Amino acid sequence: MSEFMTLFSTYDVFGAFKVNIELTLWSALFSLVLGIVLVMMRICPVSSLRGLASGFVEFFKNMPLTIIMVFMVLGVFGQLKFQFSDNFDTNFFWLAVCGLSMYTSAFVCESLRSGINTVPLGQAEAARSLGLGFMQSARIVILPQAFRGSVAPLGNTLIALLKNSTVAAAASVSSETSSLMSSMIENDASKIVTIFLIFAIGYVIMIIPIGLITTWLSNKLAVRR
Amino acid sequence: MSTSTTSPAAPKVKRVKKRKLNEASVLFDEPGPKSKRRILFINLIGLAFIVVLAIAVLSRLANPPQGQNQLSWSLWKPALNAEAWKDFYLPGLLQTLEASVVAIIGSVFFGVIFGIGRLLGFAPIRWISSIIVEFCRAVPVLLFMIFLWRGFSAMGISDNAAFLAVVVGLILYNGSVVAELVRSGVGNLPNGQREAALALGMSPLRSLLSVEVPQALIAMLPALITQLVVVLKDTALGSIITYTDLLQESRRLGSANFNMLQTLVVAAVIYFIFSYLLSRLAESLPRRMRRRTTGITIEPVQAPIAIMDPSNTSMIERAGERELPFNGAEQPFHDHYHGSNAVAGKWKGSHFEHGHDPNHPVNKHNKW
Repeated sequence: MSEFMTLFSTYDVFGAFKVNIELTLWSALFSLVLGIVLVMMRICPVSSLRGLASGFVEFFKNMPLTIIMVFMVLGVFGQLKFQFSDNFDTNFFWLAVCGLSMYTSAFVCESLRSGINTVPLGQAEAARSLGLGFMQSARIVILPQAFRGSVAPLGNTLIALLKNSTVAAAASVSSETSSLMSSMIENDASKIVTIFLIFAIGYVIMIIPIGLITTWLSNKLAVRR
Repeated sequence: MSTSTTSPAAPKVKRVKKRKLNEASVLFDEPGPKSKRRILFINLIGLAFIVVLAIAVLSRLANPPQGQNQLSWSLWKPALNAEAWKDFYLPGLLQTLEASVVAIIGSVFFGVIFGIGRLLGFAPIRWISSIIVEFCRAVPVLLFMIFLWRGFSAMGISDNAAFLAVVVGLILYNGSVVAELVRSGVGNLPNGQREAALALGMSPLRSLLSVEVPQALIAMLPALITQLVVVLKDTALGSIITYTDLLQESRRLGSANFNMLQTLVVAAVIYFIFSYLLSRLAESLPRRMRRRTTGITIEPVQAPIAIMDPSNTSMIERAGERELPFNGAEQPFHDHYHGSNAVAGKWKGSHFEHGHDPNHPVNKHNKW
């Protein structure tokens, strides 16, 4: 027990988890907005927007997150000199949020699309026969039902995002969990298993409630047909 | 009861048509002359936007603040010439593929073993496999890799500690996902398969091994291949723990010539080509696999992690399951009714245990 206490007092474990949670929440917000825009573009009547959105989604779905993160730091910041702030830590944090958001928005778009596939054809036909245009029928009829149908995959995407936030280590965000774990093991090699268990159980504790809540929500919100 | 008597060709045609409608044109009518003009107009705006975006990106590349022109051939040439391919990309790609292949084989083994473990009748084995699978699904792969890498190095395996860490980390995570696939695949088979196997005198374990799991694996093949894309993508995490994969090699090449952006672009294109081809394969498989199994071959939505929750199945699939027969009037028997509610081993069980729960919210609306 004292081993735990000394580890917690020497290192800022909770601060590291806080960085990961901040990364997750900001990226969740941005990727949700971007994902909704993408899914609207993918189902709209304009072919160029459809092509643009599906190209974006295919690109980020098939690209390793690590390479996106490395690219954000070494390419976008290192060579193109694109930066958010003069402070290195804040700059890398927002670059990581950018990479995570773009990567995750592809999966948000796919989740919403699987939700749209659960909306029966008759709903869209009824909306059209009432004289609603594309934007109206999407906004009033289709997307609300699609959201309720895609709670489970969106929850999975959120869980994946939380776990992927550790990859921010590749974007030089040095205060987050995987970097802290690495340096803790380097300094206290004898306590390697304890250190791993602290972080692993931290993630289990964060992820199981998200899973339970999304399962409950998707049962509650699923449209009974 | 709900199966129709149409010829085998008819539903196929209907399905294809429905799918196409679902994809794009469900939200709007066939455009008339006025909306055709409007669509053309927005198309032109869209194309103009893409062109402006491309020009903006290219001009930023050509002219970054306090930097050199990123489009110049002097930077691209060392990223593309024969030496770069021979000394950096190809060895790196080989390492990436090696780790992927070993990890894929390992995770299928891991998944089948623990998937069967979660389906066994013997409770302690079921609990242990459940705990292991849920734990491995919840912990980020990168944490596993860093832990294993440091652990292997401390144990004195210094030659290929990084390779082993990458492979074992990927096996633990993706294997547990495969275990869930096996479990849900067996759950999606019709009850009759197990009943028939038991009626033939097979033991429950024999029925699992020679009737249910093989069919579940075929049914889950598309989802399995989607998981292979994840394995291939996640090998890139190895570069964080100094495994010399494609990403690491392209970084080394880039730092030697100060053209990191260019070498990363080349590596990204290679990764994209490989995983795109695998994704295409996964999308084309379900149609071919349908004839070889009684299970559902569409890709299931992976349920969120909720330990031991029996309702933790794919809500998407359930929502799209079927039109209710008899206009939604209450069905006297559940879907898999075979003339008797007696199931081998559990002949006294309730409707709920036999697969139909009249109190479940999904079935509530059937009440008069």
